[in-house]
Amino acid sequence: MTSHHVIVGTGIAALSAAEAIRHADPRAAITMIGPETGPFYSRPGLAYWMTREVPESQLAIRSAAEVAALRLDRRTGRVVGLEPAMHRITLEDGTQLTYGRLLLATGAASIAAEFPGAQLEGVIHVDDLEDARDLMRRATTARAAVVVGGGSTALELVDGLHAHGVETHYCMRGSRYWSRVFDEVESAIVEAGLLANGIRLHRLCSVREAVGEGGRVSGMITERGDHIPCDLLAVAVGIRPRLELARTGGLRLERGILVSEFLETSEADVFAAGDVAQVHDPVTGRAQLDTLWASARTQGRIAGLNMAGIRVAHRARPALNVTRVGGITATIIGQVGAGNDPDLLTLTRGQSERWAPDPDAWTIAGAVRGDRLRVLVSGRVIVGAVVLGDQRVSRALAHLIGEAVDISALRPALEARPDEAMALLLDFCDHHVSDRAAPHR
Amino acid sequence: MPTTDAMKTKPPPTRPVDMCAPLPADAERVRLLARGIVVAEPGRCVECGICSFNCPSGIDVRAVAREGLAVTDRRCVLCGSCVARCPRGTLRFDELGEAP
Repeated sequence: MTSHHVIVGTGIAALSAAEAIRHADPRAAITMIGPETGPFYSRPGLAYWMTREVPESQLAIRSAAEVAALRLDRRTGRVVGLEPAMHRITLEDGTQLTYGRLLLATGAASIAAEFPGAQLEGVIHVDDLEDARDLMRRATTARAAVVVGGGSTALELVDGLHAHGVETHYCMRGSRYWSRVFDEVESAIVEAGLLANGIRLHRLCSVREAVGEGGRVSGMITERGDHIPCDLLAVAVGIRPRLELARTGGLRLERGILVSEFLETSEADVFAAGDVAQVHDPVTGRAQLDTLWASARTQGRIAGLNMAGIRVAHRARPALNVTRVGGITATIIGQVGAGNDPDLLTLTRGQSERWAPDPDAWTIAGAVRGDRLRVLVSGRVIVGAVVLGDQRVSRALAHLIGEAVDISALRPALEARPDEAMALLLDFCDHHVSDRAAPHR
Repeated sequence: MPTTDAMKTKPPPTRPVDMCAPLPADAERVRLLARGIVVAEPGRCVECGICSFNCPSGIDVRAVAREGLAVTDRRCVLCGSCVARCPRGTLRFDELGEAP
């Protein structure tokens, strides 16, 4: 018997689920519903489109032939109602649809600015391709822009505006950048990179209000009373899972939709994956949110397989992201930090709640010529790392953390010579791990 | 193009040029190029497409990178554009194992 699968969402979790279902069941009927109409695209790739490193056409992540092979019944619209007992959803236009199994991959949305003047034209945030297009259109004529917020999203906006020749101000409420993840030295390296690139950096600078002329933003007034003229005010203070639809169905929620390791929600035949899902990890016993592309892709695939009747458990790997901040490449792996960050109300895109640190971990950190390596060790294993700049050790660390390799033999040398941590780790991998198991270089 | 007397009378090279014979200093490089391959770590890939966009041979590197496969397309000349430009460190060079 074939089943009717309905997927709400059009992001990478939704697409991965559709691909998994089609692979497992060539005869299944798959309906995909979301407000976006264009091709499937890389949301993280928007950062490189905004900096003109790739053309917009390159953002499409599947060819027309690949999409056709999925044989999706793709519909445009917003789903506003869910009745799990009836296996039924309702679209904004009143259309009702029944499902055999349902996936909620509704993603997350930017938290709207709440300061006075936030409704002015030119006060923007970027959630999707259409938002990015709008920002870039405005950037072609803008003279100055202000970015407020934190995490990698804020600096992607900074990079995109700067690449369009806009005088770009980055205002941090706090005293340093991304204090939830980076330590003071790492923040200072990123801030130096921003200044070197010509970004106007303002610390301890909060928005009191946005001011405008004729309904358009013309400047920002800081809490200290300074006026920064600008044609654009980009806000990136965090994102929240889109939970409205799940609420209508009475699903169990915390910060996201609570799902089991099989991506099942509290209601039968309803699954959730991606930014909206708060996934239970049986190893740690915690249910946490991720806004990482790789996590969404994996969760979508696991959800799709389970929807197709193939029982597969989700096993989380250490959360990893590679991002560019202030022109510097940063790899963040595992349990690295969870300090207070006045620039972010919640998670930003490309972040994970699983980055919260192990309270028993101790830190080894070394800096050489502007590069930085911070390794967190708990017991006999490395549980987290931040690699800023030189990335040669990045893959080795991902392997050591992911496989929980016993590094106790290395520990004395790391403690004694932290500035040589990179060479020590590479040498350790060469001598203690087989090349086949550790493709670290 | 009309030939000139100078072209007609140009003497042939005194030694045939063996394009395949590397200079000693290049031997290692040629060996690596012969056995080299680009491989991917899918956990880092965000499918941004920078690799495919910059491939001079027109290979859709992204399509194999997201699956964690190696670039086995015979058009790959190991120029390294995709490896160097990937902002996430997804791609790297590896060496094929010894032939059986």
